[in-house]
Amino acid sequence: MKVNYLEHQTKVNPHQTGLDISVSGLTKYLDGKPLYEDFDLHISSQKITCIFGPNGCGKSTLLNMISGLVPIDSGQLSFGGKPRSEVSLGYVFQNYRDALFPWLRAIQNIEYPLLSAGFSRLKRRARVEELIHQFNVGFDLSRYPYELSGGQQQLVSIMRALATRPHVLFLDEPFSALDYEATLAIRDKLQDVFVETGVTIVMISHDLEEAVYLADHILLLTKRPTRIAERVVFNASRPRTLETLSDPEFVRIKAHSLEVFRREAS
Amino acid sequence: MAKAKLHFSSGVSSFLIANTGTLLILLIWWVVTALQLINPVLLPSPVATFVALWEGMAGGGLLLDFWLTLYRSLYAFVIAAVLGIQIGILLGANENLYRSFEFLIDFFRSTPATAMFPLFLVVFGIGDFSKVAVAAFAGGLVIFFNVAYGVMNTRKTRIMAARIMGTPRWRVFFDVIFFETLPQTFIGLRTAISLTLVVIIVAEMFIGSTNGMGQRIIDAQQVFDMPDMYASIIATGIMGYGLNQLFLLTENKFIHWKGR
Ligand SMILES: Nc1ncnc2c1ncn2[C@@H]1O[C@H](COP(=O)(O)OP(=O)(O)OP(=O)(O)O)[C@@H](O)[C@H]1O
Ligand SMILES: [Mg+2]
Repeated sequence: MKVNYLEHQTKVNPHQTGLDISVSGLTKYLDGKPLYEDFDLHISSQKITCIFGPNGCGKSTLLNMISGLVPIDSGQLSFGGKPRSEVSLGYVFQNYRDALFPWLRAIQNIEYPLLSAGFSRLKRRARVEELIHQFNVGFDLSRYPYELSGGQQQLVSIMRALATRPHVLFLDEPFSALDYEATLAIRDKLQDVFVETGVTIVMISHDLEEAVYLADHILLLTKRPTRIAERVVFNASRPRTLETLSDPEFVRIKAHSLEVFRREAS
Repeated sequence: MAKAKLHFSSGVSSFLIANTGTLLILLIWWVVTALQLINPVLLPSPVATFVALWEGMAGGGLLLDFWLTLYRSLYAFVIAAVLGIQIGILLGANENLYRSFEFLIDFFRSTPATAMFPLFLVVFGIGDFSKVAVAAFAGGLVIFFNVAYGVMNTRKTRIMAARIMGTPRWRVFFDVIFFETLPQTFIGLRTAISLTLVVIIVAEMFIGSTNGMGQRIIDAQQVFDMPDMYASIIATGIMGYGLNQLFLLTENKFIHWKGR
């Protein structure tokens, strides 16, 4: 089955450039207590934004509100001028076990969003082939998710989230249930895919080193009611490697972020 | 050659291991009747029993009664499944609706279905259908409860994942909630098939019936035809066991992800 990927790509995705996300005046109360009050946020397209903040400050809720899974009390969400219904979003959950469909094979899981969007069988196969190539998948995708390792399952989740070439990819602590080796491998694949496609990525992380390593922008959040303590910019070139971790600029940004976090989270 | 022999003997020994208990009971039964430790009118020999079973199944009335009971049980089960699954999904998906019926549901779940015989006789008359209806009621409640519980406890993450992908709500229902609920639904179906059989047998025994295994067991007991009574009990057991195995096999084949 030979399909011209580039031609396919332009056909499926007329909006390769991604889009900016703006949140303004967002207010959200939970159980009568404020989580966000008049909260503003800007997420730049074609960048990786990492969100870092204390436990329970509302990181997951923020992504869920932006993606429309959780209603907001008041405020405005805008997606580069497009209505939400025209914005396609990929979402990777922390717990891949609960997010993949165990009754479908790994490859069918990846195809599912394409099926749901009404793609023909041929186009689905072509897109999956392309993803397999992009992620350099070395395991058998015709197995069921529960037959794969945690790292492989999370990789399948990421491929599923990217299948429809979304404008934005959200990841909520995607590595926290994985061992160190799998984390390193997947996060570098994620970076490669970002370099290749420029998809806008927003990732919640509880590991500051990982956040700074991947991010162009690091959003440091305070405890509830949640504000942005600081938006730190890290401009190191990509692909970043293990050497980046000892780069003085990296060390400085990390130390600075930690200091801000300590001040705001206590 | 040697390998084939080894295979054969290991097959025999594994059969023996799996059935030691059964063979032991048959042996004790045989010894007890051979030594006439129990009045032979109460306990016939295993040979007499299995001869009665064989003859009854090969042309005697046992086969007809067997089919009739199986037919009634399956009839009741199908009604139970159709109603139970639909109402289960409806109430499971609307938690408020479920809450408003919760007391009623718990009340009927705790009421033995057999206590409802007279009510069903009044409503459906003394014919065949009232038996089927009671059994369907009992089985339907079990299925309904399991399905509703399954729907209410679907993991939110999978539903969220599907909704994020832009899957319309009705499709989320078929593609996600339905599958999420399947393991629990199957538990309900398996419990229900056993239960409908129990209720049908009891109904055949006590609600003016002229055929079926329940009636046959009671009749045999009343005329002291003990081989036929034991044969009928064993035949009923085989039916129940067979149905249960059938469901287990289907379940293991289709719900491969269960418990993983
Ligand atoms: N449905 C809910 N009703 C009431 N409170 C909730 C609900 N869901 C979450 N919360 C509360 O809202 C706050 C934000 O939750 P959220 O999961 O967004 O935090 P988080 O920053 O992602 O936390 P973590 O670091 O543990 O993942 C928490 O204090 C949590 O207890
Ligand atoms: Mg969270």
